[in-house]
Amino acid sequence: MKKVYANAAEALEGVLHDGMFIASGGFGLCGIPELLLSAIKDAGTKDLTFASNNAGVDDFGIGILLQTRQVKKMISSYVGENAEFMRQYLSGELELEFNPQGTLAERMRAGGAGIPGFYTKTGVGTVIAEGKDHKEFPTGPDGAMETYIMEEGIFADLAIVKAWKADETGNLIFRKTARNFNVPAATCGKICIAEVEEIVPTGSLDADAIHLPGIYVHRLIKGDHEKRIEQRTTRQRKEA
Amino acid sequence: MPWDRNQMAARAAQELQDGWYVNLGIGIPTLVSNYIPEGIEVTLQSENGMLGMGPFPYEGEEDADLINAGKQTITELPQTAYFDSATSFAMIRGGKIAMAILGAMEVAENGDLANWMIPGKLVKGMGGAMDLVAGVGRVVVVMDHTNKHGDSKVLKACTLPLTGQSVVDRIITNLGVLDVVEGGLKIVELAEGVSEADMRAATEATIVD
Repeated sequence: MKKVYANAAEALEGVLHDGMFIASGGFGLCGIPELLLSAIKDAGTKDLTFASNNAGVDDFGIGILLQTRQVKKMISSYVGENAEFMRQYLSGELELEFNPQGTLAERMRAGGAGIPGFYTKTGVGTVIAEGKDHKEFPTGPDGAMETYIMEEGIFADLAIVKAWKADETGNLIFRKTARNFNVPAATCGKICIAEVEEIVPTGSLDADAIHLPGIYVHRLIKGDHEKRIEQRTTRQRKEA
Repeated sequence: MPWDRNQMAARAAQELQDGWYVNLGIGIPTLVSNYIPEGIEVTLQSENGMLGMGPFPYEGEEDADLINAGKQTITELPQTAYFDSATSFAMIRGGKIAMAILGAMEVAENGDLANWMIPGKLVKGMGGAMDLVAGVGRVVVVMDHTNKHGDSKVLKACTLPLTGQSVVDRIITNLGVLDVVEGGLKIVELAEGVSEADMRAATEATIVD
């Protein structure tokens, strides 16, 4: 079966439908599937729910789908960099579900691993815990009981991710901190589409160095990425 | 004179122990990395997926694929390891990170921490803060003792929505160092020129002996 498609629009053909649930990789603007997001914008698919740690900025990442009002709901841990997001949220046009960052990552991982729910200490005693199942486990010092809340696995219709290199079978390698949510997001979609900077012949990647096995990746495209930097911070060179 | 931001960061750096893996929050906690004591090796975790966070890059060497949790460009070190977000928070939740040094809006005498949300104001999200305070071995808060109106941020009970319940172990402010103990807070240290009376006057929380 051929996994490699010519471009993002072709890779998304037959996959998109209004009201669908999409899990997206990326942290801030680092490692986001920018080509697939752009193609979803062009496709005009509406009422989307996104599980994504962040919502991009106004003109890049998921931000471009907010401008065209294609997003109904976001499940995110931090959305501070996006003015249009805030406008839509405050006016009630956009639903927002805050998840603690680790809970969001684990919800994706769990969904991809066939685990519909798990217990975590994160958020106990906070607004996050309201309405959730509470349970005690003997995990404290000397077997003391500690309180946990149940969080649910994420089962998305589609996962979109960005990796550095792939082979033709969809084995993926990520680069530096651009791996982030891409791995858990990829696993929790019924279909996963990956965009990469380079597709190399099968057999040329070190099989011991694969970060995400191709079993999780159904469709694959190579493209040119802008890879925008959100906060450019540098230090001075010491004078010789 | 109360401590300034850098002196608070330098004091917080004294909390570090050799061999620890540590997570530093945004703001004053970030400055702690400038004051790591001689002979102490600590590895900084960045919760977006990295252990062994290095300094900012030289101009022209920024890499879009290499950022910290504050989305700033950084560099790697010889011991650096990268991983995905689920693995990153597995090590946080699993108690592998010895300590987190975080900023705060309010801390209560029972160790409750509020640092993510002011009702009625713009809410940006908790990011990884709730996971960190629930999971790491020790939570040290570094913040100004009072807000810009002069009101104490060290309270009997938090008024803002919590980030975590009974999670703070130690508070370092511009006035000194307090520990969360049975029944309230215990003064561990006073900044030079700050009297115990000054500390008590600026603290709404119960101070125990």
